[in-house]
Amino acid sequence: MPRLSYFANPHRFMAFSKAVTPWLYAGAAVLVGYSIWQALFIVSPERYQGDSARIMFIHVPAAWLAMAAYAGMAVSSFVWFIWRHELADTAAKALAPAGAAYTALCLATGAIWGKPTWGTWWQWDDARMVSVLVLFFLYLGYMALRAAMDTRQKAARAGAIIAMVGALNVPIIKFSVDIWASLHQGPSVIRAGGPAMPAEYLVPLLLGAVGHGLLLAALSFTAMRTDIMARRANALLLKRTVE
Amino acid sequence: MVTAPSPISAAFRQALSEAWAGGAGALLPVGFFAGAAILVPFGIGSQPDQLSAIGGGILWVALALSSLVTMERIFQSDLEDGALDLWLQADAPLAAIAAAKTFAHWLAAGLPLVLITPLLGLMLQLPPDQLLPAAGAYGVGGIAFFMWGGVGAALTASVRRGGLLIALIALPLYVPTAIFGAMTLEAGAARMPPEALLLAATSLFACGIAPFAMAAALRLAAD
Repeated sequence: MPRLSYFANPHRFMAFSKAVTPWLYAGAAVLVGYSIWQALFIVSPERYQGDSARIMFIHVPAAWLAMAAYAGMAVSSFVWFIWRHELADTAAKALAPAGAAYTALCLATGAIWGKPTWGTWWQWDDARMVSVLVLFFLYLGYMALRAAMDTRQKAARAGAIIAMVGALNVPIIKFSVDIWASLHQGPSVIRAGGPAMPAEYLVPLLLGAVGHGLLLAALSFTAMRTDIMARRANALLLKRTVE
Repeated sequence: MVTAPSPISAAFRQALSEAWAGGAGALLPVGFFAGAAILVPFGIGSQPDQLSAIGGGILWVALALSSLVTMERIFQSDLEDGALDLWLQADAPLAAIAAAKTFAHWLAAGLPLVLITPLLGLMLQLPPDQLLPAAGAYGVGGIAFFMWGGVGAALTASVRRGGLLIALIALPLYVPTAIFGAMTLEAGAARMPPEALLLAATSLFACGIAPFAMAAALRLAAD
């Protein structure tokens, strides 16, 4: 098993990702397809929420991946900032839109789920909703800052700084929002604890989450490969212009 | 023998004199702050009990927005006039210079806002005995706003028209301070509730982290 830094070489990464990415897409299609099929046709309606609970099989993996992608972005940024592995920045850059998309998906499915069960699209009392919204803005700030920089190197440095600052703040934001939301007593629709989830739900949910994780990896690899190829194309173009 | 002033105190004094140099420069944020706060009763109605319920929070929001108004220029001018290049060659750590500069900016553009919060709070029907303790809370929380805003300003120092970008970067980082600030007022700032300690903690955290982020960002801007 080679060390992770073995793949820091872009050529090795290109060979590795070329071989692996189709399998990631295939695995994602199978697992996400399985969980959606289970969700829509197989699992019995939830005791209290009826059919609306079926959206959970998208909503919960989206929430997990929204956070996982931000963590991955922050770690990649840190690795780039310390060791200047170009690939780490490529990874951070690729994870941002994918993570932001999952964050938006989590917010949208949460609102759609909230309307029939809680009677409202949006509930400030729920700390998780508010935290995810703030996370979405952290992603937006990261992408906007990168886009505003005029060179790749500057975008990488600025992006790494703001991703690390954001990651340091995430626990404090989470803590403050939790305290704040617990002040406003929720209208009893969100039960602490709640009924334990039966295996009928849990298995498709976890397999679906793994599938979405593979999809996130596949999307990131595709974006990274595109980024590396675009840079090579630029370099070739520059070379030709100079000659 | 003449010794050169320490770059930290030089940056501090320069920031203060810059703020007052352009005529009403340092009073503009006060005008913006008062204007934003005064617009609220027109927007939501003039019922005293309604205003007194949200007045403290309105001032937090207005303070957060006002802190961003002047932020755009604080490091841009140093980049343009070459001060930043001199800081990079100075013996003093860049993080300390950036912190001194941001603190001076808070004194010039933030403290005046804090000083008029009792007046605005009175107009927004806050209980009179809470006005001065509330001003203390605004002062403490304002430091966090200016520190995180400073990070945004340093990151966008080389970006033309970076003002909106600073807001997008800094506003999520304002959330804990705004939350604990509003909770402090709700609990009654005069009694020093635990929320006030959490508010102070967010500012201390900002003071601990932001200068290093600003220094890294300023090195990037100088390249």
